[in-house]
Amino acid sequence: MLEIRNLKASVDGNPILQGIDLSVQAGEVHAIMGPNGSGKSTLAQVLAGHQAYEVDGASRVSFLGDDLLELPAEERARAGLFLAFQYPVEIAGITNASFLQAALNETRKSRGLEELDSFDFREVLEEKMKLVEMKADFADRFVNYGFSGGEKKRNEILQLAVLEPRLAILDETDSGLDIDALRIVANGVNKLRSPNRSFIVVTHYQRLLDYIVPDYVHILYKGRIVKSGTKDLALELEEKGYDWIREETAAAL
Amino acid sequence: MANAIAETNKSHYLASLKQLGADGLPAWAEAIRREGEARFRAAPMPHPKLEEWRQTNVSDIVNTAYTSLVTPTTHNITPDAADGHFLGDGSWTELVFVDGYYAPGLSRTRALPDGVRVAGLGEAIAAGDAVAKEHLGTVLGKRGAFPALNSAFLQDGIFIHVPANTVLKTPVHVLFLTTARPADTVSHIRNLVVLGESAEATVTMTYAALSDTTPYLNNVVDEVVLGPNGHLQWHKIVREGAEGKHLATTEIIQARDSRLESFTAALTGKVSRNQLCVRLVEEGASCSLTGLYINNDTRLIDNALDITHAAPHCSSRIAYKGVLDGRSKTVFTGKVNVARDAQQTDSDQLSNNLLLSDTATIDAKPQLEIYADDVKCTHGATVGAPPEEIIFYFRSRGIGEEAARAMLTFGFAEAVVAEIEETALRDSLTRHLEAVFRVGGHST
Repeated sequence: MLEIRNLKASVDGNPILQGIDLSVQAGEVHAIMGPNGSGKSTLAQVLAGHQAYEVDGASRVSFLGDDLLELPAEERARAGLFLAFQYPVEIAGITNASFLQAALNETRKSRGLEELDSFDFREVLEEKMKLVEMKADFADRFVNYGFSGGEKKRNEILQLAVLEPRLAILDETDSGLDIDALRIVANGVNKLRSPNRSFIVVTHYQRLLDYIVPDYVHILYKGRIVKSGTKDLALELEEKGYDWIREETAAAL
Repeated sequence: MANAIAETNKSHYLASLKQLGADGLPAWAEAIRREGEARFRAAPMPHPKLEEWRQTNVSDIVNTAYTSLVTPTTHNITPDAADGHFLGDGSWTELVFVDGYYAPGLSRTRALPDGVRVAGLGEAIAAGDAVAKEHLGTVLGKRGAFPALNSAFLQDGIFIHVPANTVLKTPVHVLFLTTARPADTVSHIRNLVVLGESAEATVTMTYAALSDTTPYLNNVVDEVVLGPNGHLQWHKIVREGAEGKHLATTEIIQARDSRLESFTAALTGKVSRNQLCVRLVEEGASCSLTGLYINNDTRLIDNALDITHAAPHCSSRIAYKGVLDGRSKTVFTGKVNVARDAQQTDSDQLSNNLLLSDTATIDAKPQLEIYADDVKCTHGATVGAPPEEIIFYFRSRGIGEEAARAMLTFGFAEAVVAEIEETALRDSLTRHLEAVFRVGGHST
């Protein structure tokens, strides 16, 4: 589904990703962990097509057979890539419902499907809202406007549920959540797991992985994946802390 | 020299006053005209050298010898044509004025609570209405040449009186329609709204045109009196024709504990200048002035706000938002004067502007004059393009850049509209914004 080869990216001339290789197959959940500043969020943003990053010409990313790096952000989304933002933006004046209806219809249009009218879309939306335990009035509130931190993260998962991507990247969706909100978010994600849908879960904390159990765990450090393993790696990391990685990497150099 | 033309046009207006003739106005109303004429003679015409007009170039208006309308125009507007501009569900009182004159045949009058008057001002003056007589001409201050000219041409407009302890539950909508009348004519529209003690009302004033090619001027003065503990929701919607120009001064005086919520939308029209002066003259009065302006092409929009805190424990809030495109020119002035006795004044103002083009300009300035020492006054203004981070958020959801900008711009304006309590007006404005920004019926 996703093949990343030697992905290098910099911002304002500062290299951040220094050669990432990663393969994600359909239905897999990959967790990417790492200390602050290791490049986790950059990886997520680069894959989603944020224009602030300069991607090295030799980098290759294929997504469902497409050359991902050639596509503008909106086409990546329509092709089935979804990024749950670490810091979702507030959009005053646009309701959640109208935003998501526009988003879903853009994707449907690009796939030759008929657009949903407001009435049909409502049905879809209400069903998905149950998934993340959202109150009915969320549909008519402005996107993330005045939402609490937990509400914003839940809203990201709602968008994921409505847009039904093939690959979802969750960028620190657990950061700043208390345990109840985390459970709701994780339950939503787990219900959306399927053999056709893959996840890349970027997180700083092992706690999330108790709820969203990954198939693989990768440790990102200084822009490189320095260790890969199963979910046990996350537990080991939890026990030994990020200093363990720093020391091992220093020793290897 | 521009000044020479202005002076010639001044003489032209003074000469045309004679056309009013002896139309049998009662002496007290005639006196308002005479005072207006005297003030007009004394006042300089708007000019960039005057501080008030420094950023607002209305030389087009000043240099045009507009013909003042002194009798109703002949028109063939059908009730259906007027209905299209109505807001209410049939229960509202919706009065129509055509080219500045009350058109009873097009209006919807509904039963009103005892003592409430909603009528043509001309009728009220002729009938010697005691409330009109008491207040007309007393609220308007010295606001320059055009408001004075309005007084000099005093004839018609809306008169609303809600007596003490009376609540007008259904809103009143006043629709000022401009027809495809002869080019370069001016209507001097004079409105008077009086709310007695503890009276409540919602009033919406809409200015719309039936022609986008007729060049015309509407020279408007509103006088509003809010009695003690009165509550007024005041909405003004400027949807003048593409060649229409709108110069307006709204002067509001607020007694003890009265509350004003004002919303001004400058949506269309070649020039839209809305001067809004609020005087908080007794303790406990509060006003919230919100507004929305949508500017594009080579249009000019000027919102000149002027709040006077003359008494302690009053509060005022200004929150205006605008979308600026094309080569448009926008001026926003938030003048707040806090008198020495006006302790515990709470005043804040904000002007947020979304800049969509490099060639649109805005001059946004707060002007605080504070003579009291125990006050809380804040101000702020922002001017910026749609933030790239938000555009990226749209794109990451599959919405392309162009559609994202349209939705974002719509949302920026819609956020102001969403605060309006009156549902019918809110929906009408939302539909307007959807059409302007080509955001198709997503809202529910």
